[in-house]
Amino acid sequence: MNESDAMNPARREALALGRDMLVGGAAACWAGSPSARAASPRRDAPVMRKLTLRVNGAAQALELDTRTTLLDALREHLHLTGTKKGCDHGQCGACTVIAGGRRINACLSLAVMHDGDEVTTIEGLGKPGHLHPMQAAFVRHDAYQCGYCTPGQICSSVAMLEELRHGIPSHAAADVAAAPAWTPDELRERMSGNICRCGAYSNIIEAITEVAGAQP
Amino acid sequence: MKAFTYERATSTAQAAVRAASVPGAKFIAGGTNLLDLMKIEIEAPAHLIDVNGLDLAKIEPTPDGGLRIGALVRNTDLAADAGVRRDYPVLARALLAGASPQLRNRATTAGNLLQRTRCPYFYDPDQACNKREPGSGCAALAGWRRMHAIVGTSDACIAAHPSDMAVAMRVLDAEVETMRADGSTRRIALADLHRLPGATPHLETTLDAGELITAVVLPSPPGGTHVYRKVRDRASYAFALVSVALVRQPDGSGRVALGGIAPKPWRDEDAERALASDPHAVVDGLLKDARTSPDNAFKITLARRTLDAAIADARSAR
Amino acid sequence: MKFDTPATKNPIDRLAVVGHPVDRIDGPLKTTGTARYAYEHHDAVARPAYGYVLGAGIAKGSIHSMDLAAAKAAPGVLAIVTADNAGPLGKGDKNTATLLGGPTIEHYHQAIALVVAETFEQARWAARRIRVDYGPVDGTFDLARAKESASKPASGKPDTAVGDFGNAFAAAPVQLDATYTTPDQSHAMMEPHASTALWDGDTLVIWTSNQMVAWGVADVAKTLGIPKEKVHLMSPFIGGGFGGKLFVRADAVLAALGARAAKRPVKVALPRPLMFNNTTHRPATIQRIRIGATREGRITAIAHESWSGDLPGGKPETAVDQTRLLYAGANRMTAMRLAVLDLAEANAMRAPGEAPGMMALEIAIDEMAEKLGIDPVQFRIANDTQVDPEHPERPFSKRRLVDCLAIGAEKFGWKARNPHPAGTRDGRWLVGFGVAAAFRNNLVTRSGARVRLGKDGVVTVETDMTDIGTGSYTIIAQTAAEMMGVPLHRVVVRLGDSDYPVSSGSGGQWGGNSSTAGVYAACTKLREAVATKLGLPPDADFADGRVRAGSRDVAVADAARNGELVAEDHMEYGDLDKRYQQSTFGAHFVEVRVDAATGETRVKRMLAVCAAGRILNPKTARSQVIGAMTMGVGAALSEHLVVDRYAGFFVNHDLAGYEVPVHADIPHLDVVFLDETDPMSSPMKAKGVAELGICGVAAAIANAIHHATGVRVRDYPVTLDKLIDRLPLLAREEES
Repeated sequence: MNESDAMNPARREALALGRDMLVGGAAACWAGSPSARAASPRRDAPVMRKLTLRVNGAAQALELDTRTTLLDALREHLHLTGTKKGCDHGQCGACTVIAGGRRINACLSLAVMHDGDEVTTIEGLGKPGHLHPMQAAFVRHDAYQCGYCTPGQICSSVAMLEELRHGIPSHAAADVAAAPAWTPDELRERMSGNICRCGAYSNIIEAITEVAGAQP
Repeated sequence: MKAFTYERATSTAQAAVRAASVPGAKFIAGGTNLLDLMKIEIEAPAHLIDVNGLDLAKIEPTPDGGLRIGALVRNTDLAADAGVRRDYPVLARALLAGASPQLRNRATTAGNLLQRTRCPYFYDPDQACNKREPGSGCAALAGWRRMHAIVGTSDACIAAHPSDMAVAMRVLDAEVETMRADGSTRRIALADLHRLPGATPHLETTLDAGELITAVVLPSPPGGTHVYRKVRDRASYAFALVSVALVRQPDGSGRVALGGIAPKPWRDEDAERALASDPHAVVDGLLKDARTSPDNAFKITLARRTLDAAIADARSAR
Repeated sequence: MKFDTPATKNPIDRLAVVGHPVDRIDGPLKTTGTARYAYEHHDAVARPAYGYVLGAGIAKGSIHSMDLAAAKAAPGVLAIVTADNAGPLGKGDKNTATLLGGPTIEHYHQAIALVVAETFEQARWAARRIRVDYGPVDGTFDLARAKESASKPASGKPDTAVGDFGNAFAAAPVQLDATYTTPDQSHAMMEPHASTALWDGDTLVIWTSNQMVAWGVADVAKTLGIPKEKVHLMSPFIGGGFGGKLFVRADAVLAALGARAAKRPVKVALPRPLMFNNTTHRPATIQRIRIGATREGRITAIAHESWSGDLPGGKPETAVDQTRLLYAGANRMTAMRLAVLDLAEANAMRAPGEAPGMMALEIAIDEMAEKLGIDPVQFRIANDTQVDPEHPERPFSKRRLVDCLAIGAEKFGWKARNPHPAGTRDGRWLVGFGVAAAFRNNLVTRSGARVRLGKDGVVTVETDMTDIGTGSYTIIAQTAAEMMGVPLHRVVVRLGDSDYPVSSGSGGQWGGNSSTAGVYAACTKLREAVATKLGLPPDADFADGRVRAGSRDVAVADAARNGELVAEDHMEYGDLDKRYQQSTFGAHFVEVRVDAATGETRVKRMLAVCAAGRILNPKTARSQVIGAMTMGVGAALSEHLVVDRYAGFFVNHDLAGYEVPVHADIPHLDVVFLDETDPMSSPMKAKGVAELGICGVAAAIANAIHHATGVRVRDYPVTLDKLIDRLPLLAREEES
């Protein structure tokens, strides 16, 4: 084993696994057969679990590998691909959904942890032809470009206005004990968990400001 | 991510018992750091005990005038608590300086304390890391160290603790309450919760296997003016280069803890006695054993100037 | 249609639809999450398997052996693709390194295997079970150290010279000789590179996130060794590109190979932490600039030299190009040198060449103005040129740099600027103003389209053009609506499909003008067909859904009453871009605040004034510019792929470590477009604007930081550690 291998725990573990589970591989491009895959239970076999998500008002019964994130449950199992995978590590906000009334990163939550939870995704806010006021404001203000961060920005902004309404403070507050102000700087700070690499920020804040102003 | 079995804990005691008895078990609460690390197999639990359903999400006054914060209180809720904002504003400010609203909506009080370093070499399984794989070496030592610790480090590890909240908790003399598998509980001063890396950087806390943090207890409010000043490259959603938690009394005395520069929240009660007379002496005391590289030597100057700025903020807030 | 004489009055000039700030026609899809990106075609692909990419763990060397046994045995695994078993693979014309490494490893995180499994979770687990024994060898990773070994690049114009720079510079009474560095940068688009592939017989059907459909078809075919006709490539929505998706990447090739091996549709997305070292990046540069001027501020000598690195066979960052054109000066020279670096492939990122080149040049100009004691706006104006300085007989088609600077200065309130650096303070903040010119060449590219007039009167445009957030869907619809005289909602636009005519694609800010010009050509043909069908003369007027000629007034839809009319054409270009220098111009004005204690810089306000030909849609064009300005803020203040010079890779390879701007970094941004048409560029009289917007931004910010603090930083990004030791003393330090 060379030095770079010695540095790598994943590879070490792979080596250990390899000792007791060697399977002959074909010389050509390897493709497994169904029989080879139907082996007896093994320690890395997926653990399946039944759960119900209440997504956009509809109960969705699923049986999922426990490793499935809420994000992948939505995208790959319910085919609600409006929620985006940008980084899968909580560093971009493209996967923002509203779960239990709060915006969260769906990539950093396991689906099984949300058994029974209400989840609102972008598809639950509005549809083409019946846009949510925030979606309509994003269109009017051109508050997007490539569109990939957009559902996350919109879900985040809808939940963010609720947070403001409930008096949740932010880093932008001059006095953290005071009720938060509805200023552009407050909105910017509160939306900073949603990265837009196209750089639509200036327009996004204008879209949100318009919706915020129209609401009591 | 390794396959794992999953259960929802129904009581604190049962959770602790299960954690000690099921091989490879880990607690999961917010999951914002654990899942992040599980995806790249830096964490590979065989069993997850979901503690989110436990009754540990309350913020209550203590008989001696302090505050008992349940381990599952979300960062957002703690920062929004009226008592915290009024009596411990340094804590609210530190919380709000950390992560993003989405992450704060999930991240819990105990999970925040236990989050692991963001050292990029720790996060890259193809690089040597004594924290990730004891004895493999430290690629950061010869690498890029701008975000790394300058005090409390060792030849084995120079990783910094990433939490803002913990820095404020430290300046507030917080203690953590825990429960162990045998049902016993104990309190650990936050100062004693995190270990320095020494030769064993993979051992990060003084918790026993399976020991569950149930609450963080704050003593009665320290009064004074509270400032949390976080310095970072972008204006939000970034880890600290340096942060300063300051509680300053009208006579200029007070308490100081630093973040971004050490493997744990960094405070020195002896050094901070000089706060009123010579603030730079406080920083000099805190950083007296600093070991820097060209990448991060600026943190010494930055820490001094940030403390100056925090004191100026405190003065103008009076 | 060939465009070889300057445009005259044409149907676009009516401006009934073109030129209006209409909402994007794809807006409802994007805002409801119903626009489908490459990994999301569940409607078309029923049961895809999941591919997970394994990247190399060393920067350079070879794979001694790969043990796949544990991975093969892992649950759910359907196939594993490696260089060993993939069969012979070619290399795409646009790729420098191979997309599937092994046994040779050319760079860190080069893909070395794809594991295909029933589920994403299974594929991810199994990929890490592959055991690789590497034979690492030493590589070269540090541009500064490799600089001396850099050589003349084989492509482009490595050296230019006019007059006698050496003597003119030596004789100049005021001189500047300064060296600047720009770091490696990442596109960091929000959608990771992703593909879904399936085989329909021997035809590959692939949805991939790619800016250039035809290039993609060609390079997928070449890599896989199949005819181009056997590749059906689709890219209807792209979650950001910025040049990072100009070329076929590992996700596409591996999805195709994985689908072949697994006999199933396979989808692959690059994991975010892999992207930074696996894909392309904007390379770091070292730039030396020398300027000589008279005491009155007239530039007499200007030289710009740039060093960058790339893998063997790679290309230089053309950071000197704008210096050949931007300012007057009789004696000039530029030089580019290329070092071999064993980092990931260097390649185009938004405004390649000009973006990093202007980062350096426009600080140098600011420094020169300071030396001369001349206002930096006035210094730029004084050295304007209306002709190509290397070929004075060759004019610019349109050049309104002076207007951009003057109008911008007026709107920004530039005259309030304190002439003395470090002279303005607002509480804890040091306040500074900065300016820079913006410059980016205008490129025109052949582009085709097919246009249909349906029985219902709906006009449908088909072209393989892509919309990477630029607004292509919308401006193409506006163009077709204008040409055919129908309202916007009667136009359907279909993009990003290799079954459609080959377009310019999206890159180099050529897409907007070139692709609409292609639609113009096809619509011109369709108008002729409609007129013929209706028995009207070819110069009939198309407006309001009617075709009119003389006393005849017929609904346009009538022409298709007996069957759809179809026309296809492309626009190609003569030598107008040789006879006239076609460029776009602008000026960036910035106010920054630098924390007097910590050196943190926050941008307070920004204004861009752009002269870029006809603005086809002021709403989407403005978005392009504010997006570019935002990326410029990142370039100025935080973006830096950090090279581990020992291990040879970009260390901060995720979105936590590579800091792009967030909401809190960006104030309201102002953009002004000068009213302009450029008849030399195309019948659209438009030019590009998406890259112009980033050129100069970072320098304007760096100049503003200098103005605020008195500290001149020549190494990007301008982070606080580069300021902190040179900031003014704090008040309480002064007291003590």
